Amino acid sequence: MRRAPYDGVVLACPVTVPYVRYSQETAHWWIARALRGALDAAGMKPAELDGLSISSFTLFPDTPVGLTQHLGLTLRWLDTVPTGGASGVIALRRAARAVQAGDTDVVACVAGDSNYIDSFRKLLSAFSRFSMDAIYPYGFGGPNATFALLTDAYMAEYGATAEDFGRIAVAQRDNALRNPYALMKKPLSMEQYLAARPIADPIRLFDCVMPCAGSEAFLVMREEDAVKRGLPFARPRATIERHNPYPDDPVQLRGGWALDVGEFWEMAEWGPDDVDLVQTYDDYPVISMMQMEDLGFCEKGGGPDFVRSHDLTVSGDFPHNTSGGQLSAGQAGAAGGYLGMVEALRQVTNTAGPTQVDGARRALVSGFGMANYDRGVCSGAALLEGVPA
Amino acid sequence: MTTPLAPPPKKNPQVRTQVPTLPPTIRSRAATGLTAMAAEGRFALQHCAECGAVQYPPRDACCKCLSTDLDWRDTDTGAQVLAETRIHASPDVYFRERLPWRMGSVKLAAGPVAICHLHGDVGRGDRVRMALKLDKAGQGVLIALPQERTDAMEDDPVLRSLTAHPKHRRVLISDARSPLAAPLASALLKAGAATIFMGEAESWRRWPGRDALAAMDKVELLPLDVTDATSVAKLAGEIGGKTDILINTACFVRPGGVMMQDTVFAKDEMEVNVMGLMRLAQAFGPAMAGRTADGTNSAVAFVNILSAYALVPDPSYGGFSASQAAARSVSQTLRSEFRASGLRMMNVYTGPTDDEWHQPLPPPKVAPSALARAIVDGLIEGVEDVWCGDVAQDMAERWNRDAKVLEREMTGGST
Repeated sequence: MRRAPYDGVVLACPVTVPYVRYSQETAHWWIARALRGALDAAGMKPAELDGLSISSFTLFPDTPVGLTQHLGLTLRWLDTVPTGGASGVIALRRAARAVQAGDTDVVACVAGDSNYIDSFRKLLSAFSRFSMDAIYPYGFGGPNATFALLTDAYMAEYGATAEDFGRIAVAQRDNALRNPYALMKKPLSMEQYLAARPIADPIRLFDCVMPCAGSEAFLVMREEDAVKRGLPFARPRATIERHNPYPDDPVQLRGGWALDVGEFWEMAEWGPDDVDLVQTYDDYPVISMMQMEDLGFCEKGGGPDFVRSHDLTVSGDFPHNTSGGQLSAGQAGAAGGYLGMVEALRQVTNTAGPTQVDGARRALVSGFGMANYDRGVCSGAALLEGVPA
Repeated sequence: MTTPLAPPPKKNPQVRTQVPTLPPTIRSRAATGLTAMAAEGRFALQHCAECGAVQYPPRDACCKCLSTDLDWRDTDTGAQVLAETRIHASPDVYFRERLPWRMGSVKLAAGPVAICHLHGDVGRGDRVRMALKLDKAGQGVLIALPQERTDAMEDDPVLRSLTAHPKHRRVLISDARSPLAAPLASALLKAGAATIFMGEAESWRRWPGRDALAAMDKVELLPLDVTDATSVAKLAGEIGGKTDILINTACFVRPGGVMMQDTVFAKDEMEVNVMGLMRLAQAFGPAMAGRTADGTNSAVAFVNILSAYALVPDPSYGGFSASQAAARSVSQTLRSEFRASGLRMMNVYTGPTDDEWHQPLPPPKVAPSALARAIVDGLIEGVEDVWCGDVAQDMAERWNRDAKVLEREMTGGST
């Protein structure tokens, strides 16, 4: 069956609460800040909100249920999206359908996490059962080691070099220097990228994200309400989502996007050439490269050539991860899965400020999450079309 | 090529001894199946009883047909390395001290993909032989080994951390008078052990074979009576800090059932076989447990030799069987007490040994040299339970299948 379009539903009010490397504040605090920011932007009181979607790793012992009471929200629609780096896209999908069906009027989609000293190690230690049983005992390199294996296999299969991954990291750092909230403030040259200390061969320091605390949010509502409130907004033109794709691939050299890419573009009636910027999930450069391939910007295995022949900076011919991405802005837990969505929403509504891509109206946002065992299990993508105020 | 392990330098008493730490310890219930298989040196994975699909990582339902009927079965050890990495940064204290650490992913011939330790002689693209070994946390882990033996392969630091290899290590054999002592010393020295300390009780009593033992190179006879706490403590004071492997060969055995037998023999059996084990563990255990991260000749294993009748008694050795059941229980408690240090407790179960106290029993009986080989092989492989000889292996199999049926078979009433 052909899927119904997301007619009449929009995203608005992108909020990023500036990240910090370590925070003594809780996930509740970070989520409250982002939620307040989004409601303020819409001119709404908390009592007017009737839908909430939460992604967070560090709410324990609470769930989003506890958060409703903690934050004094009376809701008629509540969702929890545990898909890590795919959370932004998946939260949007769920919320858009609920708003479209009239189950709720406005959904605040919020992701946020704290980062205490040692909380990254603790999060790693209890991430998933397969990790506990079959990953940690083997050197405990965390996701760095898991994705080192993937990078090693990708390089061997498609002839990618360290410089190819470096191009992605270096361009994102260039973008991050425009973003006052990015944690990384210093320029990064290819020489510095290549000379950085090894973390888990072939992964080097600047292939890895910096865990931090932070939060991100946006609102999903009916288009007529956004217009009534005078908000700039974006329409979701297509979305996809997959979990555990290609289970028999011995190494993850392609993600779930490859299964759905045809229908994805078809739904929007766009092609890869029609988007003005791309936000991929960049937990490691190899994953961004894989998304460029699997989402149709180049052939499978063409990723290395693609990054060699394109300029990935804000002012380039393929603006990519314009806020610096997680590699240079930081990875605030589950908010890492929102970073691309919130930045894309700013971009297509012409509110991105210093990272604004000239005339951007159409964006692709892609998500990838949850290294449950040897690969990222969840993937998703969305196409946004902006309508500036 | 593995660099052969050099003999360690003499310990510098002014340098702090590295404190034992453990790799990640917690597992799901299903994954402890890997530990159970590794403990016996088996490479076994879960197989779906309905569709036959092999599962990894261990789980609770088949990933092909959702059947919950999953059995642990011996599995093809073939595999090919898909990708490898050398980890240079880890938040885990155990691995941090041992960086860089190599690991990789392999495609098992049986189907699934596994993340595993890599032996130094294997890398991406290689066909390998998989093994399940116990790590320092006492949990089963996978390692990819070269398909064919390579030079000094046992000296690979990762493999060595998963075994209790005697090479360059100092071993205490608790009773020199045991028929096992001489062949055991030879087998250990052949495997590269540095020194064999031999405990000798009542050294004023002459006994055959003493001169031959005393004349062996690298063998030292030292006074030790496991029934005397003072004697055990005294020797531990002298060599406790340089005992890397302790093999308890002290054993008292007399034939006879329970009803018609004097309890004096049973008391002696308990005194040597149970209390003796406890005394050795109390005197040597703490020092050994403190030295499990002490370099090439770190403390690595405590070995207890048990009769297979520890599982189900042979009624014609009633008192002795009871002492073996008790010793087995003590040994399992020790295993738990040693766990935090990574010191391995190895139980070697044997059928009747070919010695004077089993003289009227029919074959098959276990020759002391065969038992010695089984012990050293167990250390080299790093297993926790060894079943030596046909009788012990048969007992273990029947016990695993149905302990009650075995009891009835052992005590008459079954053809």
